[in-house]
Amino acid sequence: MRHAPLAPDALDGTDRRIINVLQDGFPLTPRPFADAGAELGLAEDELISRIARLREIGAITRFGPFFDAAAMGGDFCLCAMAVPAERFEAVAEAVNARPEVAHNYERDHRLNMWFVLAVEKASDIDRVAKEIEAETGIAVLTFPKLAEFYIGFRVSA
Amino acid sequence: MRIDETDRKLIAETQAGLPLVPEPYAEIGRRLGIAEAAVRDRLAALQARGIVRRIAIAPNHYALGMVANGMSVWDVADEAVARLGPEVGALPFVSHCYLRPRALPVWPYNLFAMVHGESRAEVEEKRGEIARLLGVACRGSDILYSTRILKKTGMRLAANGS
Repeated sequence: MRHAPLAPDALDGTDRRIINVLQDGFPLTPRPFADAGAELGLAEDELISRIARLREIGAITRFGPFFDAAAMGGDFCLCAMAVPAERFEAVAEAVNARPEVAHNYERDHRLNMWFVLAVEKASDIDRVAKEIEAETGIAVLTFPKLAEFYIGFRVSA
Repeated sequence: MRIDETDRKLIAETQAGLPLVPEPYAEIGRRLGIAEAAVRDRLAALQARGIVRRIAIAPNHYALGMVANGMSVWDVADEAVARLGPEVGALPFVSHCYLRPRALPVWPYNLFAMVHGESRAEVEEKRGEIARLLGVACRGSDILYSTRILKKTGMRLAANGS
């Protein structure tokens, strides 16, 4: 996953408009690219090929439905581990191999690995965290959300 | 029962992304053996129930120049956090803001606010704004910058149930 910025000329004004407009939503119609394209002033095939390119160059991470595990009866949980530097890559591999790990970041702190578990049954959070502890021999701190004060950030491309 | 087997298959089929073809919902329907209209009706129903948050593009902050991604964390007095949390969450540069349990003694922080910027200097300035807003209710803070994305797939659901 790209962590470095793209070259300044990697995106033109049309690419930026696509990102800005489609991060708010995409139509649920039989020809959604034609309909979204009409709003953007783009032909159906051009919108499709531009989205494909944006994905290839890493300007977007995903395009499609975003699911909420909690609304399905499951849960999300932020977790952190203090991984010794010499074991970092191996532990990252073991953690990432679990399908319940939705994303994982390295951060510059003693607690240097921060990942999110997304499970279908809320009770699975503790089970998976304990399994990761057992597999790696490193304590997994869990930080379930107690309250959510805001979600809805937009990036201006 | 939160979702039926067809919904589950639909989620499993689309969680990595929509197919980039002129009729993506028809294509998903062909793969699952259901009608195009049923795919759209089911996605609309999942969206109405909040199971689908939205159908959209997810920009890569880093690729777009927002290379400084700081998880700012704050130890806010329990009696003040319900009042101050929403104020921090309302700041335009805060993308997520959560109350979480402390993990004493190693982790005294209970308020988490993600701050994005084009440089660490910009993020530090924004962090200062949060500190001013929290005032004396804040007893300590830290900020953890991401140095690498190790994984970013989003939720994955098994096609056959668990």
